[in-house]
Amino acid sequence: MSMAGMDVRRVRGGARGMRRERLPDKEHQACGLFGVIDRSGRRFGGRVAIEAVMNMRVRGNGLGAGFAAYGIYPEYKDYYALHVMFQDWDLDAKREVDKFLEANFDIVCSEEIPTNPEAPVIDPPLIWRYFVMPHKKGEERRLSDDDYVVKKVMHINTKIENAYVFSSGKDMGVFKGVGFPEEIAEYFMLEKEYRGYIWVAHSRFPTNTPGWWGGAHPFCILDWTVVHNGEISSYGTNKRYLEMYGYYCTLLTDTEVMAYAIDLLMRRQRLPIEIVAKILAPPMWDHIDIMDERQKRLYTTLRMVYAPLLINGPWTIIVAHHGEMFGITDRIRLRPITAGEKGDLLFVSSEEAAIRAVCPDLDRVFTPMGGEPVVGRLKSREKELRRRAEEVV
Amino acid sequence: MVEYSIGGLRDMFLGNVRRLKEILKYAKISSDVAEIDASNLVHKEVNDLMRYCALQGVRRIVLKGVRGQRYIGTRLYFPDPRPKLEIEIHGFPGNDLGAFLDGHRIVVYGNAQDGVGNTMDSGEIVIYGQAGDVVAMSMRGGRIFIRDDVGYRTAIHMKEYRDKVPVLVVGGTAQDFFGEYMAGGRVVLLGLNLDDKPHRARYIDTGMHGGIMYIRGRVEPWQLGKEVGIVDMEAEDWKFIEKHVGDFCEIFGIKEDEVLGGSFLKLKPVTKRPYGKVYAY
Repeated sequence: MSMAGMDVRRVRGGARGMRRERLPDKEHQACGLFGVIDRSGRRFGGRVAIEAVMNMRVRGNGLGAGFAAYGIYPEYKDYYALHVMFQDWDLDAKREVDKFLEANFDIVCSEEIPTNPEAPVIDPPLIWRYFVMPHKKGEERRLSDDDYVVKKVMHINTKIENAYVFSSGKDMGVFKGVGFPEEIAEYFMLEKEYRGYIWVAHSRFPTNTPGWWGGAHPFCILDWTVVHNGEISSYGTNKRYLEMYGYYCTLLTDTEVMAYAIDLLMRRQRLPIEIVAKILAPPMWDHIDIMDERQKRLYTTLRMVYAPLLINGPWTIIVAHHGEMFGITDRIRLRPITAGEKGDLLFVSSEEAAIRAVCPDLDRVFTPMGGEPVVGRLKSREKELRRRAEEVV
Repeated sequence: MVEYSIGGLRDMFLGNVRRLKEILKYAKISSDVAEIDASNLVHKEVNDLMRYCALQGVRRIVLKGVRGQRYIGTRLYFPDPRPKLEIEIHGFPGNDLGAFLDGHRIVVYGNAQDGVGNTMDSGEIVIYGQAGDVVAMSMRGGRIFIRDDVGYRTAIHMKEYRDKVPVLVVGGTAQDFFGEYMAGGRVVLLGLNLDDKPHRARYIDTGMHGGIMYIRGRVEPWQLGKEVGIVDMEAEDWKFIEKHVGDFCEIFGIKEDEVLGGSFLKLKPVTKRPYGKVYAY
């Protein structure tokens, strides 16, 4: 990540900035990514994701791991589930967040996220979850619920010291921290506590940015989550562009811009994955030159309009939101990706061996070209998208 | 540092490695064949056991339950003249399979991941399936046969010296930067699974400055890097193809005549120093 991230750090107090300098200097990064969706919508426990990512132990170094799961809170599925981390168990921050949420939301449930004190993680922060419904007042009534929640999440992240919102979607959640994946999974008891139809997992090997609880993946805004392997050399440009749309990066790592870029393009601007892929990883100009006129116009327009959202550098990401999960790499594939299918299950991972560890007899294994997404959709969403496409035609 | 890591950095490569005597139970040696159950071993342990078996005089190692362990076969260099091993892999070997391989033969009954034959010195690797990115990276001798497709940057910086000329034959198709910065060696791409569709790889042989590439099937000029040209096949080229593609077909049980009947493109670098003007000062 570029030095741009330091700005925020200074604003938020110097203490952690000091610690940054003592971080080990690593030359390369090799995070492990894994995602699975059951396209029939069947929900299952965390075991599959945990075992798969454990199989890629050497891709992480114990300085961060995390999971996202979808469909885990059916009893509260109409409420936004806010997972909030309080750094250093800062109870003043907690009081401030409580007050802020009470003023802006109807809170139907507020509780500490259940954790296993026996799990071998050191110095975990306090992590709380709130199930909330927006309580909009005045001018803010014009905002959609989602936009309202984004605004309030940004407020907590940037204005309340030591409080960070880990996840903010409905019927989903992010669980992450410092440790190897199996340790984080044990800490949050993912195997027994939750059942979801999408699971995404990440094992971190931080290189340029600190390994701290807030910096673990997945990154989340509303129900959009991103896990990432690589580094984003266009971070500064991307970050400044996203600030124009009200997104502020506070988590000291480049992946955050990816989550906000996806939210902007896919939720707010309602662009399909196929187009978003061509914004983040556009074709090279010399390939655009040899396209037919229609395509040339489309890709030239996309490159011009969305130039600041071109994500440069080596990266593979897995993005998920309700109903959909996709994996994609940078256009010259400087980080690996493999996809596998077995019946309704679609897997995306950094390594085939991780998929095979949980599903040895795959129907199909494939690796897309750089910049081409592998998409797994719920069948119900597939149907809905087809219906919408027919309406347009 | 303590604040950000648990007791300092933990070594994910050596963290769970047991001593040799604790893992001997996973190897069954009978006369000159060893069977290793790799399902509970981390990759250093796999290589420790393989080395142990080789030193016991084993000639053939069968690895079962491989589940992503890296660098398999890499630490089997022995200074004395010692017979070369036959290594059979069942399961899914991890990255850098056969890195620095010293004359042994590895056969994988399944897919391989990234970096097959990384800086391989001699020997042979056979994959009954597909392989990932950077296959044959910096390879300097021996042969690799891959039945299906390969990923990005295959044969990147492959090299040759005098009689050491590495050979890679890929039965399927390849992705971008195929043969990038090749400095030597021979690469053959057969496109057997394309059914007359063109290869999709772009930037083929970008930066190539040595060696020869043969491509069977359709490739448009825009898919090639600026540093290579298409030249005519000569008798010597056909002789080379017949030998190595012949072996490939025999190994995988493919009809040789159909393969050799296709049209082959021969690609050679147009200059030995493509970037001389860029970097010379």
